[in-house]
Amino acid sequence: MVVYPYIPHTDEDREMMMQAIGIQSLEELYGDLGEDILLSDSVPISQGRSEDEVIRMVESIANRNERGIPFLGSGCYDHIIPSTVDAIASLPSFVTSYTPYQAEMSQGMLQVIYEFQSMICQLTGMDVSNASMYDGANALVEAANICVSFARGKHEVLVSPTIHPFALKVLQTWALGTEHRLVMLPEKNGVCDTSALGGMLGGNVGGVLVQSPNRYGFLEDYTGLSDIIHASGALLCVSADPMSLGMQKSQREWGADIAVGDTQPFGIPLSFGGPGCGYLAVVEPLLRKMPGRIVGATTDGKGNRGFVLTMQAREQHIKRERATSNICTNNSLAALMTTVYLSSVGWLGVKEAAHQCYVKSHYLEENLITLGGVELAWEQPFWCEFPLRFHDTKKMRKFIQELRNEHLFAGVRLQALTRCNEDELVLLVAVTEKRSREEIENYLAGARRVLR
Amino acid sequence: MSEILADRRYSKDHEWVMLRDGKAYIGISDYAQDSLGEIVYVDLPQVGDHLAEGDDFCNIESVKAASPIINPLEGDVVEVNKSLEKNPENLNKDCYGNHLYALSGYSQKAFDALLDSKAYEAYVKTL
Repeated sequence: MVVYPYIPHTDEDREMMMQAIGIQSLEELYGDLGEDILLSDSVPISQGRSEDEVIRMVESIANRNERGIPFLGSGCYDHIIPSTVDAIASLPSFVTSYTPYQAEMSQGMLQVIYEFQSMICQLTGMDVSNASMYDGANALVEAANICVSFARGKHEVLVSPTIHPFALKVLQTWALGTEHRLVMLPEKNGVCDTSALGGMLGGNVGGVLVQSPNRYGFLEDYTGLSDIIHASGALLCVSADPMSLGMQKSQREWGADIAVGDTQPFGIPLSFGGPGCGYLAVVEPLLRKMPGRIVGATTDGKGNRGFVLTMQAREQHIKRERATSNICTNNSLAALMTTVYLSSVGWLGVKEAAHQCYVKSHYLEENLITLGGVELAWEQPFWCEFPLRFHDTKKMRKFIQELRNEHLFAGVRLQALTRCNEDELVLLVAVTEKRSREEIENYLAGARRVLR
Repeated sequence: MSEILADRRYSKDHEWVMLRDGKAYIGISDYAQDSLGEIVYVDLPQVGDHLAEGDDFCNIESVKAASPIINPLEGDVVEVNKSLEKNPENLNKDCYGNHLYALSGYSQKAFDALLDSKAYEAYVKTL
């Protein structure tokens, strides 16, 4: 008798079931299919392995990964994650649950989402947040969706050239085959050039999408931007790393109508690049144009506080083709991790982490520049990530390899993201609060050996 | 039983149209408000909009559905019922006393082509 831990039916169970429905063999269940469709040969896959064998097999594959200290960023950052996050997020009732459709039965999950939404509003200064999007790029696309549907006749969106290259690709996918047009703004000295914006706005433009910190890690200045944009009847959307909000202006303070980004920096591990967790928050007048799930707080018949999925008439299962977007789900488990992270560290923790990111990255950058042979690609303010420009690719490769020998991942090659030849000498270096003094000094020691 | 007033005309999409002071007032019938259930939000067109016959730039959201209003008569929006922004439930309470919007520049011929109350009553009976 073969026993599989994940398939609990024994031969006796199968006998009982077959007898109950009056068949002699499992093949009879496929009796309605033609002979020509059924496989006559046995399927060429192996018998299957025990749980222990599978674990060993997967571990041996995982051990082929190269481990190192990541000074890598570009949208996915190695931040400190308190153990409370895993302790709560690994609870079976959270891990195994899907989007609650009999939503009000899952008060615990709804409460978590409500708290997530509340925290996003507090961070960004916006009025309403939804229950999360798949990731930051997805959230940015939904912002574009709002820009072309909040008023009639809008089908153009102005896009900053310094948003993450992958987010731009996702936007392009969204626009492809539709009547929506993406118009790129110019780039100057590593930041979005908004000086010519006035002339580019007009009747068809629904919104402007910008990102700070931008793809190079630079902080951008949006002073006066929202006034110009609002005067033309368009919306402003600002995408921001949520941890950077511990130090830079919130989207609300910039006068933005839509705030988006990815909460990966809050409690979500790198996991080889995903999942992330998108956030999307808006000013109140745009509430009915927001896609995704929204949890609201209310009272039940007995006056007790309870949570519900609210404003559902927005969603596509009710509004169908007239909905803003097709999204009607969220990224619950990732949002839970973010919520637990924020609950554990609090606002002071976010500010402290953001401050350490700033201090540590600037320490590394200053000391690298003094070595000579590298400089900041452009002179712009940055928060935790900066673009290092080398003078020749040979030196750059040597630099990366030397640090790799010390089990340090030096940075992300910009060209790998943009596929542009002119970016081949730029390395994006990120330093988070998790990087210890020893790790940073090792980085500098390796850099010294190559650059001197 | 659905209430139908004799002082106005109707479309098969359950809107009513009443002419007054040179404007065509558009609203929803008793059948419509009853089918929708508790109305929680009305998305009105803007003054100045030009609406063609069949345009759906006005939307009504109830607790269970989101329904477009199929514009029954071509014209220009000169008035919208702002009270519905704060009190959308007025449409349930008094659907004939609350218009959605009013149009100018409509065609009398198009108005005459709409169903009179008897024809609308007969139509509703078939549903």
